[in-house]
Amino acid sequence: MFKITKKTLLAPNIYLMDVHAPRVAKAAKPGQFLIVRVHEKGERIPLTICDYDASAGTVTIVTQTVGASTNLICAKEEGDAFLDFVGPLGQPSEFVEETPEELKSKRILFVAGGVGTAPVYPQVKWLKQQGVDVDVIIGAKSKDHLILKDEMSAVAKNVYVATDDGSFGTKGLVTDVLADLVESKGLKYDVVVAIGPMIMMKFVSLATKKYGIKTIVSLNTLMVDGTGMCGACRVTVGDKTLFTCVDGPEFDGHLVNFEEAMRRQVMYKSAEGQKLRKQEKESDSSCRCEQ
Amino acid sequence: MANKIPRVPVREQDPNIRKSNFEEVCYGYNAEEAMLEATRCLSCKKPKCVAACPVSVNIPQFILEVAKGNFEEAARVIAADSSLPAVCGRVCPQESQCEGDCIVGVKSEPVAIGKLERFVGDYANEHQLNLASTAPANGFKVAIIGSGPAGLACATDLAKLGYEVKIFEALHKPGGVLEYGIPEFRLPKEKVVKAEIENVRRLGVTIETDVVIGRTVTIDELLDEEGYHAIFVGSGAGLPKFMSIPGENLNGVVSANEFLTRTNLMKAYDESYDTPIYVGSRVVVVGGGNVAMDAARTAARLGAIVTVVYRRSKAELPARVEEVHHAEEEGIIFQLLSNPTEIVGDEKGWVKGVKCIRMELGEPDSSGRRRPVEVPNSEFEVETDVVIMSLGTSPNPLISSTTPGLNLNKWQCIIADEEGKTTREGVFAGGDAVTGAATVILAMGAGRTAAKSIDKYIKAKHS
Repeated sequence: MFKITKKTLLAPNIYLMDVHAPRVAKAAKPGQFLIVRVHEKGERIPLTICDYDASAGTVTIVTQTVGASTNLICAKEEGDAFLDFVGPLGQPSEFVEETPEELKSKRILFVAGGVGTAPVYPQVKWLKQQGVDVDVIIGAKSKDHLILKDEMSAVAKNVYVATDDGSFGTKGLVTDVLADLVESKGLKYDVVVAIGPMIMMKFVSLATKKYGIKTIVSLNTLMVDGTGMCGACRVTVGDKTLFTCVDGPEFDGHLVNFEEAMRRQVMYKSAEGQKLRKQEKESDSSCRCEQ
Repeated sequence: MANKIPRVPVREQDPNIRKSNFEEVCYGYNAEEAMLEATRCLSCKKPKCVAACPVSVNIPQFILEVAKGNFEEAARVIAADSSLPAVCGRVCPQESQCEGDCIVGVKSEPVAIGKLERFVGDYANEHQLNLASTAPANGFKVAIIGSGPAGLACATDLAKLGYEVKIFEALHKPGGVLEYGIPEFRLPKEKVVKAEIENVRRLGVTIETDVVIGRTVTIDELLDEEGYHAIFVGSGAGLPKFMSIPGENLNGVVSANEFLTRTNLMKAYDESYDTPIYVGSRVVVVGGGNVAMDAARTAARLGAIVTVVYRRSKAELPARVEEVHHAEEEGIIFQLLSNPTEIVGDEKGWVKGVKCIRMELGEPDSSGRRRPVEVPNSEFEVETDVVIMSLGTSPNPLISSTTPGLNLNKWQCIIADEEGKTTREGVFAGGDAVTGAATVILAMGAGRTAAKSIDKYIKAKHS
């Protein structure tokens, strides 16, 4: 069992949890993910690792209630425990292998969308520790849904925010901010790292392809085991079929077939819908995450 | 003469009933049937069946005890060589091992060794017999990677010799392929797999789940930081193969591994579990091995009309005859001498059919089987909602790629000699990780061999 040592509400429906998992905490690197199982009859749910503290033996996850399984995670409270918590899985970010000199010679821009801001934060923090300054664009539905803004500002050189309703920063999408930085302000970047909803990563990749900027995306595909066994996470990258769980989760955004990836993501959508309805029926208060 | 009695038939669930449930197909023998069947054994002086058994169970001896009604003693005889009799009695290919070499089988049908072993295994589990007997602790620690048949067999023998043994399992449940691969209707999980793993635990073996070796912790860390004196890698062959034909990434195309993991490990067939599964109304299974039969029969139980597409003829089907027979009884359609060339999708990206081409058998290839060749202009399409690819598996590179000095052959299998020694000192391997996908019992045999070799290695090094 893996105990939840801290739970914080970051924004409506978005929770941060620290989980005691010493083996995972010791081995984790930026860019990797893990798998959580909440109860005996539960699914194996892949989540991006948001932070880790080897000395405390804890791993941080940030979850948004978007479906039956994430509802179950968010319903857990401080002091409760997850049945299974396995990782780190997948390849670490490419930059982990690079020297600080190599990294410092690059101008890096992170584009974070919604709950995807959470896994971007430790990467920016890690780079800051290596003496590398980066820029970050955060996209959120509204000011209320914006997470980790202050934390990000503390470790990034510039943080730009875009909200759908204009309640904070630029009104519009992250790609609008990206266009403004690159096209109007003439800023130069060597690498863009985009983490967020599939649709956002797709449009960021389309834009950066136009600008000729190398782009890394982190895919959140369907998975069962997460160790290369099932192939549910297959994705077409260039002319190859790769497994997100062992070859990824980070890929060259210019080579990912996003149409296919988005289509595959909803393969069990109707089953998910049935489960949500069942959850609502079974539980009178379920996870009152909406408030 | 004892062998004048015909082989005692085994009772099975009616095909028309079982094709819509996940209860076990074969009921096995009761005590009376087992004792009668046991009298057919000739107790050969030089038993060929024992030589044909990868773990060398003393078959005539345990059968003699069954004949006398000494079931506990029979269990003890088997336990000396196997910790998984209820598993092996169900899933071993006896027809090509012990029963294949049975002398009674020359003129009549061979003794039903498998069904007798199963009876004894079930008896031991039902009566919770404690057959554990171990040497005093010797102070040495061995880590086993993978809790499938190879790892469990290796752990059993080492624990009996007094080693402190810990098994690391990547998934949330121990058992490996016994848990995620073989369906409930062939190998019940609670009654059989869990019970036999409990027997291994009774020997003092501990199992830590949720540890992916190569990611969560490396072999080097186990040796250098966690104080293990040797390692056995029994991580299996878990990577699914695909065909690399157009349309393979359409929604509705899954590997047999994914399909079976969803139903077996995650219990998607039971609505009270969260993991979803999709079968639509028609399913095509590509491949003709035991795994293909498992996938086909599972899909049928989930309500689909199932067609197995295999490129050679019935005689070459790699699946056990018994499995093919059961599949046919359950209404699985066999589209033989056919090979998919393309998976066709609808406008929303879901599978709607499989384009196939007819094949004919040409000259024998390196495997000795006649090589299938395409018949020109013979393309046809099979309508389907789901395609399950069951083309075999290969070992996962996670461990080899993170363990310096652990070498692989060209099929990505770990190189190990006949004693289970790898190219890295202190690291041993066996089972599918070394041979590529094979059987439960061969993996167990390799686990036992490696256990002997680990014992020899540690004693030589620390004496």
